[in-house]
Amino acid sequence: MARVLVSVPAKAGRGEIIAIKALISHHMETGFRHSTTGELIPRDIITSFVCRYNGEEIFRAELFPATAANPFISFYTRATESGTIMFEWAGDNGFSATEQAAISVE
Amino acid sequence: MRAPHQLLATAIVTVTLAGVASPIAAGEIAADQRRSGYDLMSHETQAMQDDDASNPGMLSVLDGDALWHLKAGMADKACADCHGEASTSMKGIAARYPAFDAERGRALDLTQRINLCRSERQNTTSLPYESKELLALSAYVARQSRGLPITDPATDERLRAAIDAGRQTFNRRQGQLNLACAQCHDDNWDKQLAGNSVTQGQVTGYPLYRLEWQGIGSLQRRMRNCMIGMRAQPFDYGAPEFVDLELFMKWRSRGLRIETPAVRP
Repeated sequence: MARVLVSVPAKAGRGEIIAIKALISHHMETGFRHSTTGELIPRDIITSFVCRYNGEEIFRAELFPATAANPFISFYTRATESGTIMFEWAGDNGFSATEQAAISVE
Repeated sequence: MRAPHQLLATAIVTVTLAGVASPIAAGEIAADQRRSGYDLMSHETQAMQDDDASNPGMLSVLDGDALWHLKAGMADKACADCHGEASTSMKGIAARYPAFDAERGRALDLTQRINLCRSERQNTTSLPYESKELLALSAYVARQSRGLPITDPATDERLRAAIDAGRQTFNRRQGQLNLACAQCHDDNWDKQLAGNSVTQGQVTGYPLYRLEWQGIGSLQRRMRNCMIGMRAQPFDYGAPEFVDLELFMKWRSRGLRIETPAVRP
Protein backbone atom coordinates (compact mmCIF):
# COMPACT_ATOMS: atom_id res chain seq x y z
CA MET A 1 0.00 0.00 0.00
CA ALA A 2 1.33 3.35 -0.97
CA ARG A 3 1.66 5.92 1.79
CA VAL A 4 0.11 9.27 1.01
CA LEU A 5 0.54 12.66 2.65
CA VAL A 6 -1.73 15.48 1.53
CA SER A 7 -1.96 18.99 2.86
CA VAL A 8 -5.13 21.04 2.45
CA PRO A 9 -6.02 23.91 4.80
CA ALA A 10 -8.89 22.82 7.06
CA LYS A 11 -10.47 26.26 6.86
CA ALA A 12 -10.32 29.01 4.26
CA GLY A 13 -12.15 32.23 3.43
CA ARG A 14 -14.39 32.26 0.37
CA GLY A 15 -12.35 33.25 -2.68
CA GLU A 16 -9.06 32.76 -0.87
CA ILE A 17 -6.18 31.19 -2.80
CA ILE A 18 -5.04 28.03 -1.05
CA ALA A 19 -1.99 25.80 -1.46
CA ILE A 20 -2.54 22.09 -1.94
CA LYS A 21 0.28 19.58 -1.55
CA ALA A 22 0.31 15.87 -2.29
CA LEU A 23 3.16 13.45 -1.58
CA ILE A 24 3.01 9.72 -2.34
CA SER A 25 5.46 6.87 -1.78
CA HIS A 26 6.47 5.21 -5.03
CA HIS A 27 9.86 4.03 -6.25
CA MET A 28 9.35 5.33 -9.81
CA GLU A 29 11.47 2.69 -11.54
CA THR A 30 12.42 4.26 -14.86
CA GLY A 31 12.58 1.16 -17.07
CA PHE A 32 16.04 2.17 -18.25
CA ARG A 33 18.07 0.51 -15.53
CA HIS A 34 19.61 -2.96 -15.55
CA SER A 35 19.83 -5.41 -12.67
CA THR A 36 23.17 -6.80 -11.48
CA THR A 37 22.61 -9.78 -13.77
CA GLY A 38 22.10 -7.53 -16.79
CA GLU A 39 18.35 -7.82 -17.27
CA LEU A 40 16.31 -4.72 -17.91
CA ILE A 41 14.26 -3.74 -14.86
CA PRO A 42 10.74 -3.12 -16.21
CA ARG A 43 9.28 0.33 -15.94
CA ASP A 44 7.06 0.89 -12.89
CA ILE A 45 5.98 4.49 -12.44
CA ILE A 46 2.96 6.58 -11.58
CA THR A 47 1.61 7.94 -14.85
CA SER A 48 -1.19 10.25 -13.80
CA PHE A 49 -2.43 12.39 -10.96
CA VAL A 50 -5.84 14.02 -10.74
CA CYS A 51 -7.32 16.32 -8.11
CA ARG A 52 -11.05 16.98 -7.86
CA TYR A 53 -12.79 19.64 -5.78
CA ASN A 54 -16.35 18.52 -5.03
CA GLY A 55 -16.21 16.33 -8.11
CA GLU A 56 -14.87 18.98 -10.43
CA GLU A 57 -11.41 18.38 -11.82
CA ILE A 58 -9.13 21.25 -10.81
CA PHE A 59 -5.68 19.81 -11.48
CA ARG A 60 -4.22 17.04 -13.61
CA ALA A 61 -0.64 15.95 -14.18
CA GLU A 62 1.03 13.33 -16.35
CA LEU A 63 4.18 11.79 -14.92
CA PHE A 64 7.12 10.34 -16.84
CA PRO A 65 10.19 8.21 -16.10
CA ALA A 66 12.31 11.25 -15.27
CA THR A 67 10.19 12.00 -12.20
CA ALA A 68 12.02 11.25 -8.95
CA ALA A 69 10.86 8.65 -6.44
CA ASN A 70 8.04 9.68 -4.07
CA PRO A 71 6.51 12.33 -6.37
CA PHE A 72 5.53 15.57 -4.65
CA ILE A 73 2.98 17.79 -6.38
CA SER A 74 2.04 21.23 -5.14
CA PHE A 75 -0.42 23.67 -6.71
CA TYR A 76 -2.90 26.43 -5.90
CA THR A 77 -6.64 26.77 -6.24
CA ARG A 78 -9.36 29.17 -5.15
CA ALA A 79 -11.49 28.09 -2.19
CA THR A 80 -15.06 28.34 -3.50
CA GLU A 81 -17.21 26.18 -1.22
CA SER A 82 -16.98 23.70 1.64
CA GLY A 83 -16.56 20.11 0.65
CA THR A 84 -14.08 17.40 -0.23
CA ILE A 85 -10.90 17.48 -2.22
CA MET A 86 -10.14 14.11 -3.79
CA PHE A 87 -6.71 12.96 -4.94
CA GLU A 88 -6.16 10.09 -7.33
CA TRP A 89 -2.95 8.52 -8.57
CA ALA A 90 -2.70 5.80 -11.24
CA GLY A 91 0.27 4.04 -12.75
CA ASP A 92 1.94 0.96 -14.21
CA ASN A 93 0.98 -2.55 -13.09
CA GLY A 94 -2.47 -1.40 -12.07
CA PHE A 95 -1.17 0.99 -9.44
CA SER A 96 -3.88 3.10 -7.92
CA ALA A 97 -4.17 5.21 -4.79
CA THR A 98 -6.74 7.69 -3.54
CA GLU A 99 -6.90 10.15 -0.68
CA GLN A 100 -9.31 12.86 0.35
CA ALA A 101 -9.34 15.91 2.57
CA ALA A 102 -12.17 18.07 3.84
CA ILE A 103 -12.16 21.83 3.55
CA SER A 104 -14.54 24.24 5.21
CA VAL A 105 -15.06 27.58 3.47
CA GLU A 106 -16.61 30.52 5.30
CA MET B 1 77.67 42.42 11.23
CA ARG B 2 76.22 39.69 13.40
CA ALA B 3 78.01 36.52 14.25
CA PRO B 4 76.69 33.42 12.44
CA HIS B 5 75.35 31.83 15.62
CA GLN B 6 73.25 34.95 16.29
CA LEU B 7 71.74 34.71 12.80
CA LEU B 8 70.93 31.09 13.42
CA ALA B 9 69.24 31.95 16.73
CA THR B 10 67.12 34.61 15.00
CA ALA B 11 66.12 32.11 12.35
CA ILE B 12 65.07 29.56 14.95
CA VAL B 13 62.96 32.13 16.81
CA THR B 14 61.27 33.16 13.54
CA VAL B 15 60.47 29.59 12.61
CA THR B 16 59.07 28.89 16.07
CA LEU B 17 56.83 31.98 15.93
CA ALA B 18 55.60 31.05 12.46
CA GLY B 19 54.78 27.60 13.80
CA VAL B 20 52.63 29.09 16.55
CA ALA B 21 50.88 31.59 14.29
CA SER B 22 49.90 29.13 11.53
CA PRO B 23 46.59 27.31 12.09
CA ILE B 24 47.04 24.03 13.87
CA ALA B 25 45.28 21.04 12.31
CA ALA B 26 41.82 21.49 13.74
CA GLY B 27 40.97 18.42 15.82
CA GLU B 28 37.67 18.64 17.66
CA ILE B 29 35.11 21.24 16.51
CA ALA B 30 34.35 23.72 19.29
CA ALA B 31 30.81 23.66 20.73
CA ASP B 32 29.89 27.06 19.27
CA GLN B 33 31.15 25.97 15.85
CA ARG B 34 29.11 22.77 15.62
CA ARG B 35 26.61 22.96 12.77
CA SER B 36 24.12 20.46 11.48
CA GLY B 37 24.29 19.65 7.76
CA TYR B 38 20.93 21.44 7.62
CA ASP B 39 22.71 24.80 7.93
CA LEU B 40 24.95 24.01 4.99
CA MET B 41 22.29 22.95 2.45
CA SER B 42 20.16 24.97 0.05
CA HIS B 43 17.03 26.85 1.15
CA GLU B 44 14.95 24.59 -1.11
CA THR B 45 16.16 21.43 0.61
CA GLN B 46 15.68 23.07 4.00
CA ALA B 47 12.09 23.95 3.08
CA MET B 48 11.51 20.35 1.99
CA GLN B 49 12.66 19.09 5.38
CA ASP B 50 10.78 21.71 7.39
CA ASP B 51 7.32 20.96 6.01
CA ASP B 52 6.02 17.53 7.06
CA ALA B 53 3.73 17.56 4.01
CA SER B 54 6.73 17.74 1.66
CA ASN B 55 9.33 15.81 3.66
CA PRO B 56 9.48 12.37 1.99
CA GLY B 57 11.03 10.92 5.17
CA MET B 58 7.59 11.32 6.74
CA LEU B 59 6.28 8.54 4.46
CA SER B 60 8.64 6.19 6.27
CA VAL B 61 7.55 7.59 9.65
CA LEU B 62 3.94 6.78 8.65
CA ASP B 63 5.02 3.21 7.84
CA GLY B 64 6.71 3.05 11.23
CA ASP B 65 3.55 4.23 12.96
CA ALA B 66 1.63 1.36 11.36
CA LEU B 67 4.34 -1.16 12.31
CA TRP B 68 4.41 0.16 15.90
CA HIS B 69 0.77 -0.82 16.27
CA LEU B 70 0.99 -4.09 14.32
CA LYS B 71 0.91 -7.32 16.34
CA ALA B 72 3.81 -9.58 15.36
CA GLY B 73 5.47 -12.88 16.19
CA MET B 74 4.57 -15.85 18.40
CA ALA B 75 3.93 -13.46 21.29
CA ASP B 76 1.30 -11.71 19.17
CA LYS B 77 2.32 -8.37 20.63
CA ALA B 78 2.80 -5.00 19.03
CA CYS B 79 5.45 -2.50 20.14
CA ALA B 80 2.55 -0.42 21.44
CA ASP B 81 1.35 -3.25 23.73
CA CYS B 82 4.45 -2.82 25.93
CA HIS B 83 5.59 0.73 25.18
CA GLY B 84 2.24 2.44 24.73
CA GLU B 85 2.16 5.65 22.78
CA ALA B 86 5.54 6.31 21.21
CA SER B 87 5.11 10.07 21.54
CA THR B 88 5.70 9.73 25.28
CA SER B 89 7.57 6.43 25.74
CA MET B 90 10.05 6.95 22.90
CA LYS B 91 10.65 10.65 23.49
CA GLY B 92 14.38 11.28 23.88
CA ILE B 93 15.42 7.71 23.05
CA ALA B 94 17.14 8.57 19.78
CA ALA B 95 18.94 11.45 21.50
CA ARG B 96 20.71 9.03 23.85
CA TYR B 97 21.32 5.97 21.64
CA PRO B 98 23.58 3.97 21.15
CA ALA B 99 23.27 3.05 24.83
CA PHE B 100 25.01 0.55 27.09
CA ASP B 101 23.27 -2.78 27.53
CA ALA B 102 24.23 -4.25 30.89
CA GLU B 103 23.08 -7.75 29.99
CA ARG B 104 25.36 -7.95 26.97
CA GLY B 105 28.10 -5.73 28.36
CA ARG B 106 28.32 -3.60 25.23
CA ALA B 107 26.71 -0.69 23.45
CA LEU B 108 23.67 -1.27 21.24
CA ASP B 109 22.38 1.09 18.60
CA LEU B 110 18.72 1.79 18.00
CA THR B 111 18.24 -0.77 15.23
CA GLN B 112 19.89 -3.49 17.32
CA ARG B 113 17.60 -2.58 20.23
CA ILE B 114 14.54 -2.80 17.99
CA ASN B 115 15.63 -6.20 16.70
CA LEU B 116 16.32 -7.46 20.24
CA CYS B 117 12.80 -6.44 21.20
CA ARG B 118 11.54 -8.36 18.20
CA SER B 119 13.44 -11.55 19.02
CA GLU B 120 13.03 -11.48 22.82
CA ARG B 121 9.65 -9.87 23.40
CA GLN B 122 7.73 -10.48 20.19
CA ASN B 123 9.29 -13.86 19.42
CA THR B 124 9.76 -13.07 15.78
CA THR B 125 12.54 -12.69 13.24
CA SER B 126 14.98 -9.80 13.17
CA LEU B 127 14.49 -7.23 10.45
CA PRO B 128 17.41 -7.04 8.00
CA TYR B 129 19.59 -3.92 8.07
CA GLU B 130 18.36 -1.22 5.65
CA SER B 131 15.07 -3.06 5.16
CA LYS B 132 12.08 -0.81 4.63
CA GLU B 133 10.56 -2.00 7.92
CA LEU B 134 13.62 -1.46 10.11
CA LEU B 135 14.19 2.00 8.64
CA ALA B 136 10.52 2.83 9.16
CA LEU B 137 10.52 1.73 12.80
CA SER B 138 13.76 3.53 13.60
CA ALA B 139 12.57 6.66 11.78
CA TYR B 140 9.31 6.53 13.74
CA VAL B 141 11.10 6.09 17.08
CA ALA B 142 13.71 8.76 16.29
CA ARG B 143 10.99 11.15 15.10
CA GLN B 144 9.69 11.27 18.69
CA SER B 145 12.94 12.96 19.76
CA ARG B 146 12.76 15.73 17.16
CA GLY B 147 13.96 19.01 18.65
CA LEU B 148 15.66 17.43 21.66
CA PRO B 149 19.41 17.91 22.18
CA ILE B 150 21.71 14.91 21.72
CA THR B 151 22.97 13.81 25.13
CA ASP B 152 26.66 13.31 25.83
CA PRO B 153 27.27 9.53 25.80
CA ALA B 154 30.51 10.02 27.78
CA THR B 155 28.42 10.71 30.90
CA ASP B 156 27.95 6.92 30.99
CA GLU B 157 31.38 5.69 32.08
CA ARG B 158 30.75 2.22 30.67
CA LEU B 159 30.63 3.73 27.16
CA ARG B 160 33.95 5.56 27.30
CA ALA B 161 36.07 2.69 25.93
CA ALA B 162 33.71 2.36 22.94
CA ILE B 163 33.76 6.12 22.32
CA ASP B 164 37.57 6.04 22.35
CA ALA B 165 37.56 3.13 19.91
CA GLY B 166 35.23 5.15 17.67
CA ARG B 167 37.50 8.17 17.93
CA GLN B 168 40.46 6.09 16.83
CA THR B 169 38.57 4.82 13.79
CA PHE B 170 37.48 8.38 12.99
CA ASN B 171 41.06 9.66 13.11
CA ARG B 172 42.72 6.68 11.43
CA ARG B 173 43.71 6.98 7.79
CA GLN B 174 42.24 4.17 5.73
CA GLY B 175 41.63 3.04 2.18
CA GLN B 176 43.55 3.59 -1.03
CA LEU B 177 43.07 7.33 -0.75
CA ASN B 178 44.67 7.16 2.71
CA LEU B 179 42.08 9.46 4.27
CA ALA B 180 40.71 9.72 7.78
CA CYS B 181 37.13 10.84 8.50
CA ALA B 182 38.61 13.74 10.47
CA GLN B 183 40.44 15.17 7.46
CA CYS B 184 37.15 16.09 5.80
CA HIS B 185 34.72 16.44 8.69
CA ASP B 186 36.95 18.14 11.29
CA ASP B 187 39.44 20.00 9.13
CA ASN B 188 37.62 20.88 5.88
CA TRP B 189 33.91 20.86 6.71
CA ASP B 190 33.35 24.37 5.37
CA LYS B 191 34.54 23.48 1.86
CA GLN B 192 32.80 21.94 -1.14
CA LEU B 193 33.19 18.47 -2.57
CA ALA B 194 31.62 17.75 -5.96
CA GLY B 195 29.14 20.61 -5.64
CA ASN B 196 27.99 19.70 -2.15
CA SER B 197 29.12 20.93 1.23
CA VAL B 198 31.57 18.59 2.93
CA THR B 199 29.69 19.12 6.25
CA GLN B 200 30.84 18.31 9.75
CA GLY B 201 29.20 14.89 9.71
CA GLN B 202 26.91 15.75 12.62
CA VAL B 203 24.46 12.90 13.20
CA THR B 204 21.30 14.88 13.89
CA GLY B 205 18.85 13.51 11.34
CA TYR B 206 19.23 9.74 10.96
CA PRO B 207 17.61 7.79 9.50
CA LEU B 208 17.33 10.47 6.84
CA TYR B 209 15.96 10.91 3.35
CA ARG B 210 18.78 11.46 0.93
CA LEU B 211 17.80 12.87 -2.45
CA GLU B 212 20.74 11.05 -4.06
CA TRP B 213 19.44 7.75 -2.68
CA GLN B 214 15.84 8.51 -3.63
CA GLY B 215 15.01 7.01 -0.28
CA ILE B 216 15.59 6.85 3.43
CA GLY B 217 18.78 5.34 4.83
CA SER B 218 20.67 4.79 8.05
CA LEU B 219 23.82 6.37 9.44
CA GLN B 220 25.65 3.13 8.72
CA ARG B 221 24.66 3.32 5.06
CA ARG B 222 25.98 6.89 4.99
CA MET B 223 29.26 5.83 6.64
CA ARG B 224 29.63 2.93 4.21
CA ASN B 225 29.20 5.46 1.37
CA CYS B 226 32.04 7.53 2.82
CA MET B 227 34.26 4.48 3.23
CA ILE B 228 33.63 3.36 -0.36
CA GLY B 229 34.39 6.94 -1.42
CA MET B 230 37.79 6.76 0.19
CA ARG B 231 38.28 3.30 -1.29
CA ALA B 232 38.39 1.54 2.04
CA GLN B 233 36.76 -1.78 2.88
CA PRO B 234 33.47 -0.74 4.54
CA PHE B 235 32.49 -2.44 7.79
CA ASP B 236 29.50 -4.76 7.61
CA TYR B 237 26.12 -3.47 8.74
CA GLY B 238 25.87 -3.91 12.49
CA ALA B 239 29.63 -4.41 12.94
CA PRO B 240 30.89 -3.43 16.43
CA GLU B 241 33.22 -0.89 14.76
CA PHE B 242 30.14 0.90 13.42
CA VAL B 243 28.48 1.03 16.83
CA ASP B 244 31.69 2.49 18.29
CA LEU B 245 31.80 5.02 15.46
CA GLU B 246 28.14 5.88 15.96
CA LEU B 247 28.83 6.48 19.63
CA PHE B 248 31.78 8.73 18.86
CA MET B 249 29.67 10.62 16.29
CA LYS B 250 26.95 11.13 18.89
CA TRP B 251 29.61 12.43 21.27
CA ARG B 252 30.80 14.87 18.55
CA SER B 253 27.20 16.01 18.01
CA ARG B 254 26.29 16.35 21.69
CA GLY B 255 24.05 19.35 22.24
CA LEU B 256 22.79 19.55 18.65
CA ARG B 257 19.10 18.89 18.15
CA ILE B 258 17.56 15.79 16.58
CA GLU B 259 15.95 16.50 13.17
CA THR B 260 14.74 13.02 12.18
CA PRO B 261 13.63 12.50 9.47
CA ALA B 262 16.10 14.94 7.94
CA VAL B 263 16.42 15.59 4.20
CA ARG B 264 19.88 15.84 2.68
CA PRO B 265 21.03 16.40 -0.92
